[in-house]
Amino acid sequence: MKITGAEAIIKALELEGTDTIFGYPGAAISPFYDALLNSRIRHILTRHEQGAAHAANGYARVTGKPGVCVSTSGPGATNLITGIANAYMDSIPIIAITGQVRSDMIGTDAFQEADITGSAAPFTKHSYLVKAAGELPRIIKEAFHIAATGRPGPVVIDIPIDVQNSVFEFQSPKAVEIKGYKPTVKGHPMQIKKAAAALEEAKKPVICAGGGVIAANAAGEMLELAEKRNIPVVTTLMGIGAIPSAHPLHFGMVGTHGSQAANSALHHADLVLILGARVGDRAIGAASTLAKRARIIHIDVDPAEIGKNIDVSIPLVGDLKLTLKDLLGYVKASEDKEWLCEAAEKRLKVQQKAAAERGKHKDTGYIDPKYLLSMLADFLPEEAVVTTEVGQNQIWAANNLQVRMPKTFITSGGLGTMGYGLPAAIGAKIGRPDVPVVVISGDGSFQMSMQELGTMKQHDIDVKIVLFNNCRLGMVRELQLTKHSGRYSQVCLDSNPDFTALAAAYGFRGEKICSNDEIRPALERMTGTKGPYLLECMVDPMEPTL
Amino acid sequence: MSKHTLSVLVENHAGVLSRVAGLFSRRGFNIDSLAVGVTENPDVSRMTIVVEGDEYIVEQVSKQLNKLVDVIKIKRLDKHESITRELSLIKVSANAATRSEIVQLVEIFRAKIVDVSKTTLTIEASGSGDKVAALEDMLKQFGIKEIVRTGTIAIERGNRIIKVTNNEEGEING
Ligand SMILES: Cc1ncc(C[n+]2csc(CCOP(=O)(O)OP(=O)(O)O)c2C)c(N)n1
Ligand SMILES: [Mg+2]
Repeated sequence: MKITGAEAIIKALELEGTDTIFGYPGAAISPFYDALLNSRIRHILTRHEQGAAHAANGYARVTGKPGVCVSTSGPGATNLITGIANAYMDSIPIIAITGQVRSDMIGTDAFQEADITGSAAPFTKHSYLVKAAGELPRIIKEAFHIAATGRPGPVVIDIPIDVQNSVFEFQSPKAVEIKGYKPTVKGHPMQIKKAAAALEEAKKPVICAGGGVIAANAAGEMLELAEKRNIPVVTTLMGIGAIPSAHPLHFGMVGTHGSQAANSALHHADLVLILGARVGDRAIGAASTLAKRARIIHIDVDPAEIGKNIDVSIPLVGDLKLTLKDLLGYVKASEDKEWLCEAAEKRLKVQQKAAAERGKHKDTGYIDPKYLLSMLADFLPEEAVVTTEVGQNQIWAANNLQVRMPKTFITSGGLGTMGYGLPAAIGAKIGRPDVPVVVISGDGSFQMSMQELGTMKQHDIDVKIVLFNNCRLGMVRELQLTKHSGRYSQVCLDSNPDFTALAAAYGFRGEKICSNDEIRPALERMTGTKGPYLLECMVDPMEPTL
Repeated sequence: MSKHTLSVLVENHAGVLSRVAGLFSRRGFNIDSLAVGVTENPDVSRMTIVVEGDEYIVEQVSKQLNKLVDVIKIKRLDKHESITRELSLIKVSANAATRSEIVQLVEIFRAKIVDVSKTTLTIEASGSGDKVAALEDMLKQFGIKEIVRTGTIAIERGNRIIKVTNNEEGEING
């Protein structure tokens, strides 16, 4: 049957099982939007293209399926870039479909022409500029395959308007066969045996779990390994959720903003098993000294990550789930708990100290954000999804939330993108309509994406917003205190709006709280309310991150 | 810092060169030279890339290149097990007094005079990078007006070939 390129895009998306896309129309993508009228695919109209990309990201992270975002050419496409870069840094599979000017106009600086495949190249796993409609079925199939397999990541498909309009005979694409793309799946048996032997020799092993554990659905295998040999588990920011926060083997997040217990465990380890983590500078700062102290086993699906930031004793390339399964076959169980107890003692001290401080907030007029976050889970089922913005709010959440399952803690790790949390929550809610979704926000970050309240309103998307209002760009304020001897420069948000009134303008309920006593009842009201809710929490501007 | 030669098979379509070049600048790798041309298979091009760096850099370059979907295969060429060539066109000043001396020199280097004018000689020289550099050095005294150099190209010695097949030994696959 002959159809147009635009119809072919939709058909190909349907063949990939796409049920929802996030986007924003414009001239160069208008044939696509016309064809969309005849499709069952749900379109979420965001209020900014960046929101569409972040929503696709949130959708992908809770469902494990690639998220799709769509924009027009030129400014629509360039508005996607931050979202594409964010997905790239966190290895999240998204497909960005962009309209482009007519093929014969490309290169002439035509109206709304932007070289999106070129400008997004540093942040894409792959990209396509489609030359003919006949290529569309193959390209879209390949794009989904590339985005979702190996180390996941964003793929851009740029489609000139004449290609969308041209008519051709649609043929279902054959199986994907790309000469230059064959991700390694099975770990090398010899390396696996070496890793097993090293684990058995180690006196003080630690597992460091990254986002790869969650992406590969390998949390179960990881936990089995940790339990088999009583290995303390620390996570990176992206690895939060790989192990339940309350698990006895969980030692928290590592890094600059991590927990003392986690950093101390890493510091004293004689072997570190790094799983699906790229050893970023914020997570493992002194990689070279760590590698001198401890043997390093690094398992990752991306060979380029191994040996990039840390010297590795035993490199192991492969899909984490399969590789850990194989590894489990070689590792004997151990009853030895000496090291675990030693590490747990330290952890207990840290926890007791934190608990003593919690909720005892000096100044009235403010709530304690860590206290609120430590009890939020009491009001939510374990599958509930929490997203965060960036800043102190994010680190408070990372260190204090009870996260009970993989894929329920969604944050911008590698790029640290303010304005990510709200649209990501929208995408997450679309992906998991059955569970509550909460975004932990900051007054600065919120104002980078607050136009997406309109998206929530229009599409009836039930996201709860916990907004920590410290009238500051808090994280930067703190940095200026510690690194610039308190010379505060451009970190005051003096003219914040009345946030609950803003929510009310969209018809959403909300309230503002200023003391710790109000936290429980407010959380109860928020989670008990059907539909969006904005809980504004006044926070001391001087509240520290850790 | 030493030089390493990579023979890289890539898809022969638009945008590949910019992806490869972009990767080098983005990750701060130094390209010494890059030569590209189509192979015996018209769908596939070969890039011969000479990079400068230590073992860590070369490994990173190979691995990062391998992540590009358009890169089909990479092989690091062993200096002793491969033949490398570079072509130069060198225009030198020449007059009645110097012309014969230049011609002699060119013969010693097994280069060729490919163009003559009243005031210049143009020399075509090919060989390993070292040989071409040595000739250049000798010609300096006469006054080099212009040099055009290709990047290095290289091929393995003996009956070994680098071609598009699945998982062969010696390649790095990503
Ligand atoms: C898009 C973007 N711009 C700037 C920054 C730098 N930055 C990091 S945290 C932060 C402050 C965030 O303020 P807010 O959302 O109120 O969070 P808080 O730290 O106060 O909790 C800024 C400006 C960033 N991460 N992202
Ligand atoms: Mg703030």
